[in-house]
Amino acid sequence: MANQTLAASDGPMAINGETPVIAFDGVSLAFDDKVVLNNVSFALLPGRMKICLGASGAGKSTILRLILGLLRPDAGAVWVHGRRVDQLSEAELMPVRADLGMVFQEGALFDSLTVRENVGYRLFEETRQSIEEIDVRVREVLGFVGLTEFGERMPSEISGGQRRRVAIARALTARPKTLLYDEPTTGLDPITALTIDAEIIKLRDLEQVSSIIVTHQLRDAFYVATHRAVRAGDRVDFEAVPAAEAHETEFIMLRDGGIGFEGTAAELRASTDPYLRAFLS
Amino acid sequence: MAGDAFGGVKRAVLEVQEYLRLIGRIARGLVTRPVYVRDTIEQFDAIGVGSLMVTILTGLFTGMVLALQSGMTLDRFGVRQTVGSLVSASMVKELGPVLTALIVAGRVGSGIAAELGSMMVTDQIAALRALGTDPVRKLVIPRVLAGTLMLPVLTALSVAVGIFGGAIISALELNVPSTVYWNSVVSGLYIQDIWMGLIKPVVLGFVITTVACHVGLRARGGTQGVGRATTTSVVVGSIGVLGMDFLLTKMLITLMY
Repeated sequence: MANQTLAASDGPMAINGETPVIAFDGVSLAFDDKVVLNNVSFALLPGRMKICLGASGAGKSTILRLILGLLRPDAGAVWVHGRRVDQLSEAELMPVRADLGMVFQEGALFDSLTVRENVGYRLFEETRQSIEEIDVRVREVLGFVGLTEFGERMPSEISGGQRRRVAIARALTARPKTLLYDEPTTGLDPITALTIDAEIIKLRDLEQVSSIIVTHQLRDAFYVATHRAVRAGDRVDFEAVPAAEAHETEFIMLRDGGIGFEGTAAELRASTDPYLRAFLS
Repeated sequence: MAGDAFGGVKRAVLEVQEYLRLIGRIARGLVTRPVYVRDTIEQFDAIGVGSLMVTILTGLFTGMVLALQSGMTLDRFGVRQTVGSLVSASMVKELGPVLTALIVAGRVGSGIAAELGSMMVTDQIAALRALGTDPVRKLVIPRVLAGTLMLPVLTALSVAVGIFGGAIISALELNVPSTVYWNSVVSGLYIQDIWMGLIKPVVLGFVITTVACHVGLRARGGTQGVGRATTTSVVVGSIGVLGMDFLLTKMLITLMY
């Protein structure tokens, strides 16, 4: 799908009858002389997941910042939920961002606010909901990530893994249609990383949230791509993704500013490309 | 060498351009919604009330030393009883606004740059934007409003305390009777002096806080970047205060006297 036109002038083109929630169409971006992205095109369909791999500095996080409108491309179009974000002003971007949730690397929690205030930030500051209503939602999302009792703690009083989970809860609070994860498990121990992976899978499979994960943690990336969450009464079980559903989570490998590979976990594993082999080893 | 110089000029022009863009966004933010009232009140408290003691002490010691020094000089001309005029005119027109502004540049400017710089390098500013909040409205405007409106209040207090400090020294050290000192204070002041003393801190407060916010929001490169931003804020803020004071003095003298 790389370097292929995915959008018309009035919006992203439908793929198999579905309109992408996010579409990059020939996007290029350079910082001074360094070309970070060069004619990159891909599309994310509703309820699907893209896992973006690549070496450090390959432009993985840049993709997320372009989606949020925190950066603007030098060329090409970025469509998010039907709006061309690269042409919107900061004020026009606000409603687009309301449908996006972002989990930043290291969490980026507001260190002067409690966990509860962090999680409810968007609702407290940008809506007219009552405190009681907001608290109900905050408890709900903190429960989802298993941190209900941590509401009154400061970010400095919780562990790194808990901070990431709070960041996921914060991104979820306003019920975004799409979630963006920037290195959600980097720097975490394997057990904690697995907890975060489980949250990501649950959101994709149980809440049908479309998502893009940027990571270079291959173990976590493959775990998320090859497992799915299913409800079993009050319990949530994790099992291997059936082959027929494997295409719902795809990998994108960024290389030399472009997309070097796009496909499922099985296709990535089976690739004979020397760069991919070296990366995966 | 020429390339370095060109690069330096290019960076300086870029900084000025970004600073002016920030001022444009502040201007737009001041007349449009949303307004973050709670944050603004918090900043009035942090910048205004928080700087009260340090500015009062600055004013007190400045007024006292001014009376001591000028008393000796005035003695040579046999006009020691006019010490009140000298203290009041100096404090109201120049020393009050400038010294208060310098103190605030050190205390508040560095604090703003460090706070916003830390938020910048830890992605908290990006998180704010991602959560639908404009950092200029949420973080910059409350600080600029508080700095611009509280600096005149702090200056007025500092000047009042400075003149009072001068009165203490005049009575205890210079043996100038209290009534003579206070008559001299009043007779040495014109209404234009009061205006000058009030207009200057408004502009200087704006300069200090906008420079600090600009430098903080441009911080890059982890804790080292935050340290650089803090230092830059104090240095550029202080130079800005002194330079702007000169320009304002020249302009106000031309317009009002």
